[in-house]
Amino acid sequence: MSRDATARWALRMRGPAFAVAMVLTGVIAGVLFAALPAGLAIAQLSNPRFPALTGRIVDGAGLLNAQDRAEIEARLKALEGKATDQLVVVTVRSLEGYAVEDYAIRLARHWKIGQQGTNNGVVLLVAPNDRKVRIEVGRGLEGQLTDAMSALIVANAILPAFRRGEFATGIKAGVRDITDVLLGDAEAVRQRAARLKSRDSGLDPVAVMILLFWLAVVGFIVYAHIQQARSMPAGAGRRIRRSGRGRDDPGIIIIPGGFGGSGNWGGGGSDGGWSGGGGGDFGGGGSSGSW
Amino acid sequence: MQTALRTRAHGFLAVLTVALSAALLAGCGINNIPSYENQAKAAWSEVLNQYKRRTDLIPNLVETVKGFAEQERKVLTDVIEARAKATGVQLPADAVTNPEAMKKFMDAQGQLGSALRQLLLVVERYPDIKSGQNFLALQSQIEGTENRIAVARRDYIEAVRRYNTELVTFPGRLWKWAMYGANKEMATFDIPAAETTAPKVDFGTRKP
Repeated sequence: MSRDATARWALRMRGPAFAVAMVLTGVIAGVLFAALPAGLAIAQLSNPRFPALTGRIVDGAGLLNAQDRAEIEARLKALEGKATDQLVVVTVRSLEGYAVEDYAIRLARHWKIGQQGTNNGVVLLVAPNDRKVRIEVGRGLEGQLTDAMSALIVANAILPAFRRGEFATGIKAGVRDITDVLLGDAEAVRQRAARLKSRDSGLDPVAVMILLFWLAVVGFIVYAHIQQARSMPAGAGRRIRRSGRGRDDPGIIIIPGGFGGSGNWGGGGSDGGWSGGGGGDFGGGGSSGSW
Repeated sequence: MQTALRTRAHGFLAVLTVALSAALLAGCGINNIPSYENQAKAAWSEVLNQYKRRTDLIPNLVETVKGFAEQERKVLTDVIEARAKATGVQLPADAVTNPEAMKKFMDAQGQLGSALRQLLLVVERYPDIKSGQNFLALQSQIEGTENRIAVARRDYIEAVRRYNTELVTFPGRLWKWAMYGANKEMATFDIPAAETTAPKVDFGTRKP
């Protein structure tokens, strides 16, 4: 184009060009300034360095061996399967100067344990070096796993074992009680607590009764066998054995199912990918203890 | 004729560009002010909720202690009076933007908190009360409530900080000037150091 035409074009375009320049400046400024508050927000929330949520059990302090982990993991998985409640067991080497209540709720919110909306998460936090334990209960479970219930569990199931230095036992007992309460059986937990209060011995009368029952069964079978052998003449006994009876020999002892409990838990070992916290929120419910 | 048309075209173009830039900037947080405000108000109701919960637990506690320790009259009276005062503080509807009302309310609650702590300290001297099943349940409930109050207050302070920041920093400032002129900064409060730790029960010292 000739110089004149260019000049005329530039003159004509000055308005719109100016407008476009203004818009661009405004957009860039807006985007830049919008990023500012976010930066300020991050500076305010001074959280401690949290462990990574590697699974339902995060054993930072190394209190559980492989078998304990498997047992507890199976319980936790079963609980989530039955009730969608997420119970996570965490042990940490240090609370990094935070009070256990503070650390627990920050951790629970950071990991977002529990399902979104129902907020049904529970975190069992053990800090052996700070000698603190806390059960942090999500908003949705505060009616079921009340503060009083958590305090009962901490005092009766967890702390006595911790005082003896048996961390794995205490954690397992705590997990058992918490899952009992969440699955609706708070009464069993209360009764266990009452029993523990009245007697120091760890013998469960129910277990004793089951043992006696099976001993009686075994005794009866053995007795019956002996009677049979005595009443038959030697030859007949041989004959009977050779003829091969069709029905079961009462001498075979059926292993009672009650003793085989640990067999059920072995299967739940490797989880094949637990996706982690479901977005649940916590309001500060639960109970702590120290020893 | 030509010039007039061009001027009108330019005018139209100007309006168009203003509208476009407004729409583009809208992505940068036109809704932040009302949503942060609502979040802060929700956090405030949560704080009030937890305070009420604590207030509701107190009569039960007083009755339990009275049954065992009639002679601790002064402490019991302090708690009862502090509770009456705390429930008596009339919170106006705009308490969140009214620092005076907020301060009065928080002071009353603070006094109730310290009277409560006094009472719990006194109970330490009475093993009968301490080991009672009723009291243990109450104590855990009160501890739990104190913890919830602390959490609710922290959440509220955070929500208010976010809202106030939005009102003051760049894009929010413009939106406030343009649309939300009536919005004021919300009142926040300091948590005195004595109150940052919930009263703890040391189960370790209790002999079974």
